[in-house]
Amino acid sequence: MNWISEWALPKIKTLFGAPREMPDNLWHKCPSCEKMIFQNDLEANLRVCTHCGHHMRLSSKQRLDATLDEGWQRADIEKVPLDPLRFKDQRRYADRLKEAQAKSGMEDAVMVGHGAIAGQRAVVAVFEFAFMAGSMGAGVGEALVTAARLAVLQDAPLVVFASSGGARMQEGAVSLMQMPRTVIATQMVKDAGLPFIVVLCDPTTGGVTASFAMLGDIQIAEPGALIGFAGARVIEQTVREKLPEGFQRAEYLLANGILDMVVKRAEMRPTLARLLALLRGEPRAEAA
Amino acid sequence: MRHFLDFEKPIAELEGKLEELRRTTDAGGLDLHEEIEKLRDKAEKLLAATYAKLTPWQKAQVARHPERPKCLHYVEALIEDWTPLAGDRAFGEDAAIISGLGRFRGRPVAVLGTEKGHDTETRVKHNFGMAKPEGYRKARRIMQLAGRFNLPILSFVDTSGAFPGIEAEARGQAEAIARSIEAGLEAPVPFVATIIGEGGSGGAIALATADRVLMLEHAIYSVISPEGCASILWRDATLAPQAAEALKLTAEDLKRLNLIDTVITEPLGGAHRDTAATLASVGDAVAAALDPLLKLDGPTLKARRRDKFLEMGRSAVA
Ligand SMILES: [Zn+2]
Repeated sequence: MNWISEWALPKIKTLFGAPREMPDNLWHKCPSCEKMIFQNDLEANLRVCTHCGHHMRLSSKQRLDATLDEGWQRADIEKVPLDPLRFKDQRRYADRLKEAQAKSGMEDAVMVGHGAIAGQRAVVAVFEFAFMAGSMGAGVGEALVTAARLAVLQDAPLVVFASSGGARMQEGAVSLMQMPRTVIATQMVKDAGLPFIVVLCDPTTGGVTASFAMLGDIQIAEPGALIGFAGARVIEQTVREKLPEGFQRAEYLLANGILDMVVKRAEMRPTLARLLALLRGEPRAEAA
Repeated sequence: MRHFLDFEKPIAELEGKLEELRRTTDAGGLDLHEEIEKLRDKAEKLLAATYAKLTPWQKAQVARHPERPKCLHYVEALIEDWTPLAGDRAFGEDAAIISGLGRFRGRPVAVLGTEKGHDTETRVKHNFGMAKPEGYRKARRIMQLAGRFNLPILSFVDTSGAFPGIEAEARGQAEAIARSIEAGLEAPVPFVATIIGEGGSGGAIALATADRVLMLEHAIYSVISPEGCASILWRDATLAPQAAEALKLTAEDLKRLNLIDTVITEPLGGAHRDTAATLASVGDAVAAALDPLLKLDGPTLKARRRDKFLEMGRSAVA
């Protein structure tokens, strides 16, 4: 511990709640522009590069803190049977899962929070990409169904921040069936006349994009986020063509009519607040 | 000439010998009836023994057998007054997805399916059963049409997956699949899906969010191909047999996991050895699945379908 961590850590802790693992070196190199950023500045800027605006990944906890008003609560998610296939590749899936759980303090790759966005009630589900690449198995399906039920119960809109490598292969067809299962979750929210908003974060691919994540009443993405169904390598091998510049990036999807908007992280909370107020016929939201 | 799979080589040899003996006898040479009888018995026993304990990887090969009956064979055999319908009304017509109206055992129905083709020309025509966004959007349109006119939906699924291409992505492949899943779940009519060969990932579930999901004995249904899974998790596509084992993708596995409803027995040696018998037993199984659903109204069907899919992955498996 040097003087910087002693000084900076408590401050970051108060900003973001839970203690985060800090690198020894408190400078962070932006993977896009490769310039150095003071870790503290990076966190204060919601992990958006202060030099080039590159959006780095946020933890689910950070995302909920950045989206919901202070005092939000984490929803309990019922446990589902783990490892339905007793899957083993080079390692046992059960071991991978336990490791991911221990590291993240989460049951699975989605954290659900409920509270308010600029004073308006909301349920927010966030994918934790660090948890097995945010892949979708029964646990993730359960979290999204829980979030939908909670939204209906609280007469609150549902916002999902997606970030996922797709289906969780280690759960085989059980993970495939989470596609219809999460689509049903979106139907519950819509049937109740409540807004369902999806924010696609880097990266969102495979079975997650091909289910609930493309069914938002409003589809938003973060700048530069990779969003697609098939993986770039598979496509290249199939069509034997060079992929176009910016292929499967948020801006490409916007140009192709697949998204409503690309929103910078700093603008996300006020944008969500404005949209929810407009969709629900509320008076103008307080400044977020 | 029958196409033999690698693991069928010993069977192919016996059957080859059998054919030779038959020719010799027919040519008026020696009377080899006794030998023929013995050899036939031996070949049949070997076939039965082989198919009684197919590994998941062997099943994957049977499911992809070039002579296995394809979607259009079922349509031809089971649907009268077949009236194909084309187009997504937005971009184009996708021949990888078959859709139309017809009669199943006299009753008007809407039919959907993925068609792989049975020879080079038809394989290319149907893009090997890999659909593009316009295909899934057409499927959605047909499901909505079926709902409006109270027509039960029958689907026949056989695809390695949705087409991975630049144009497909640009036109919203993911959204098209998601909407097709949604349309299937929302249809206020009976919906019976049959996995006849390969049930490949999102491209398959797009047409299979049904009240009753049937699966042929040697068909496979998986979130990813064994080859794809092996190359990602084992970093070696040649380990597909191991991945097939781990993925639990056989009809028996899916039934045990409560993800499908019925396994349809195939003729000895697989569907491709007796197409007519396969088509007939699938017809009977579809009729048996459809019949009780016809008594239920739209809201009940939808509610039950939702409840069924909501349970998937929640309950402990026997
Ligand atoms: Zn930068």
